[in-house]
Amino acid sequence: MSAILDFLLGLAWPWTRLLLFLVGICAFVGLNAAYLVLAERKGAARFQRRPGPNEAGYAGWMQPFADGLKLLSKQVLIPPGTDALLYCVAPLMVMAPPLMCLAVVPFGESLVARNLDYGLLFVFSFGSINVMALMLGGWASRNKFSVISSARVVSQNVAYEIPMLLVVITLLMVAGTLDLNEVIRQQTGGFWQWNILRGIWDFRAGHIGANFLMPVTFIIFYTCMLAETNRAPFDMAEAESELVAGAFTEYGGMGFGVFFMAEYANIVLGCSLATILFLGGWQSPFPPVSFLAYFSGPLWGPIWFLAKMYCLVFSVIWVRWTFPRTQFYNLLNLSWKILIPISLFTLLLTGALMKLPLVWRHLF
Amino acid sequence: MNVSKELLPAGPSGEAPQETFILNLGPQHPATHGVLRIRTTMDGEWITRAEPIIGYIHRMHEKMGENRTWAKFLPNTGRIDYLSAMHYTHAFVGAVERAAKIEVPPRAEYVRVITSELNRIASHLVWWGALLLDLGGFTPILYSFEDRELILDLLEGLCGARLTFCYYRFGGLCNDVDAEFIDGTRALVKHMRPRLEMYRALVTGNIILRKRLEGIGPITAEMCRKYGATGPVIRGAGVAYDVRTVEPYSVYPQFDFKIPTYPEADSMARYHVRMDEMEQSLRIIEQALDQLPDGPVMGKVPRVLKLPVGDTTYAVEAARGRFMVRIVSDGKDTPYRLKLRTPCFSNLSLFEEASKGMMLPDALAMLGSLDLVIPDIDR
Amino acid sequence: MSMKNAVRDVFGGFWSLLVGLRITLGQFFKPIITVQYPRQTVKIPARFRGHIKLILDPESGLSRCTACNLCARACPSDCIVVEGAKKEGQKTKWVTDYHLDFTTCSLCGLCIEACPFDAIEFSKEYNTVARSRDDFNNMDLVARLAQEREVWAQNRPSQPPTPPASAPVTAVVAAAPAASAAPAAQPQPLEQKLTP
Repeated sequence: MSAILDFLLGLAWPWTRLLLFLVGICAFVGLNAAYLVLAERKGAARFQRRPGPNEAGYAGWMQPFADGLKLLSKQVLIPPGTDALLYCVAPLMVMAPPLMCLAVVPFGESLVARNLDYGLLFVFSFGSINVMALMLGGWASRNKFSVISSARVVSQNVAYEIPMLLVVITLLMVAGTLDLNEVIRQQTGGFWQWNILRGIWDFRAGHIGANFLMPVTFIIFYTCMLAETNRAPFDMAEAESELVAGAFTEYGGMGFGVFFMAEYANIVLGCSLATILFLGGWQSPFPPVSFLAYFSGPLWGPIWFLAKMYCLVFSVIWVRWTFPRTQFYNLLNLSWKILIPISLFTLLLTGALMKLPLVWRHLF
Repeated sequence: MNVSKELLPAGPSGEAPQETFILNLGPQHPATHGVLRIRTTMDGEWITRAEPIIGYIHRMHEKMGENRTWAKFLPNTGRIDYLSAMHYTHAFVGAVERAAKIEVPPRAEYVRVITSELNRIASHLVWWGALLLDLGGFTPILYSFEDRELILDLLEGLCGARLTFCYYRFGGLCNDVDAEFIDGTRALVKHMRPRLEMYRALVTGNIILRKRLEGIGPITAEMCRKYGATGPVIRGAGVAYDVRTVEPYSVYPQFDFKIPTYPEADSMARYHVRMDEMEQSLRIIEQALDQLPDGPVMGKVPRVLKLPVGDTTYAVEAARGRFMVRIVSDGKDTPYRLKLRTPCFSNLSLFEEASKGMMLPDALAMLGSLDLVIPDIDR
Repeated sequence: MSMKNAVRDVFGGFWSLLVGLRITLGQFFKPIITVQYPRQTVKIPARFRGHIKLILDPESGLSRCTACNLCARACPSDCIVVEGAKKEGQKTKWVTDYHLDFTTCSLCGLCIEACPFDAIEFSKEYNTVARSRDDFNNMDLVARLAQEREVWAQNRPSQPPTPPASAPVTAVVAAAPAASAAPAAQPQPLEQKLTP
């Protein structure tokens, strides 16, 4: 009897687990989107030396709900002459990819919805969809500003996909796996074992790392992440002083709200990836020796992960409220003339440095 | 669905299809700072023709002036270009004083210079923030308004208004300056210098801003002459034309200041001119405070002001360029003709020629560097 | 652009971005500078230009306005209407009606400069709000003065002289009995502001 029960449970458990995680991720993304908007507004306010939203609830903590209620209470309006189907589908399509991608992101050693062997590939293949969604939304709105914006979004995202993938390939050569959890496990043993520093000098092996330009690689990844998520200073899609609101000009109510949430979901995803690939994911910054081993416990994993991720999110907000917007051709110049050559160079360098010990041993 | 003729594919001869479309920027658009409308014919993101359409805020200031007595036009002067109200009042007051041969006491003239220069700094601070807003940087405008607030507080303490000051009167000023104002202004000068340094580090040196302004939107001296552009626009084209030195008025000849010019003639040159002008204004204020004479602030003015028959002009260097008032009097207590030559109108009129072939964001950056105040264009 | 310039551009540009980030972070940790308006208010300068009001003469508790109409004539927007009546036994007129159309007033102060008796001044009221235009296009300054007079009468240590019986039949008179009764009932030196 109990054997049958065990069998059934064993059959049901992976699905239950998946369901729980999906609900959890949806809640995580929703709350993040809501409260990152507040964080963004509060952060912007602090950079500009004002208090920010502080009326709704204690110190403005209920502001996201007030905003959400306001957006929900608005009439759903499809402007005449638009492609109604695409117009309605675009917000869904822009929200779906980050939700899908977060399914393979390990928040802790075992806190991952689905540990895929090819998680990194999964993330990048799904991550490119939201470009399409923005383009469709802009195209379907039948607004000149939106069409200009969607054309910009496509060329921008294509241009920045390339250096980003080159950087990721560099990391793949170092890690040798597409499994995100495995990538993190390799970075155990203190902050100097994280990829961003391990590349410079491999302390465990005691020789030069795989790529001493790793910090530069990280900056390239970060820049590309900003561009891919259409964040300032690369917010070509929503250049409000030129294109009114870009691709979202014709959207109102919750349609606009979903675009807005998707922006923050994408930021969370981008910062999570940067954390996993460069900053050791859920690894503690301390080596697991004596009392410091306490911080490497399983419960600390998600805390470290979220701490690192939110630091990156803060830096994204910080960058937005410091710089003016780039001009479109400067943006493409930056990608094609600076980022791609440098990332190609780091790729070659990594290859060379990884084979160097072999060559050394062979010769002497 | 109707396919417009413009969107048809290439003809059999194989020439590239000319797919242009018309984009209306404004009258409500974030980059036009008011109710300016620019009808652009676009080829993709390139502008083939940008036609400014004005008149949305036309208030007939000239006609209003011709229908009321000289003194009653005073409050109007601050409302033509609300960002440099002091200069505009100065020009009108100066024209009437010149025509009626009213003596202005020296203390009043010095205070006029101080307040005008304070107003110039405040105006340039607004421009600086608004330009950065056009370029997508939101934070600088709040820093600049923080400083502008200090200036407005000073001027409010002097005359009670923060924007439409209406502080000058024929023959002097409506209030004398107090010690609080003088100390406050000295403190402000001390405060502004490091702030300007900070602006420089935060924005002027920024690579993104430099890439967006350097070499963008050239407006040559030739073009300035053609359209009558003045102020920082012509000084950014390398011509040291400044009414304060070319047609000296008030007590400006007594001060030592430079006219910043940049020969590059691009948006960045105009940017640098304004940033340098703020510094020069601080220098003028310092000198004027040191030399401020004692005495009355109001000269002898007849109770009922009637100007002799004649034609008088008076030009000042407003924050945006040369503002000139021309009054034609037929001996009555109202003007026969009142002409206001506003700088923004001329500065905008070259936009159509200058923006040809530019990309939309560049053209908007250039529009920002022209520093337009729309009520000043329409007046 | 030569190679050297290009490299310098990249590094210099990156450095300039870092400088900008340092400045905004510095501002991040400084205290806020905005005034939280309904809870805090800014200091209103002495020369603040609110709407005009009749000055209450602290000696007599009455207005000094003689309805000479100079202010109405000086006004560029024609927003002042003054009516006066002659006092019995005196040659000068006395203000009975002073209406300000605040919707067209541009707060230039020419009326105040025109007044030979110092009878009007700018009020320090800055939060003038109303639900309808009618509250502003016909502001009755005499009635406002009457309200002010009540406060003035309460704060007066001694019995105010009752205005002459021949005074114009306006709100000023209507307020007078209440004002004269008040100090007897409650002789309190309340530290009340003159403006309500």
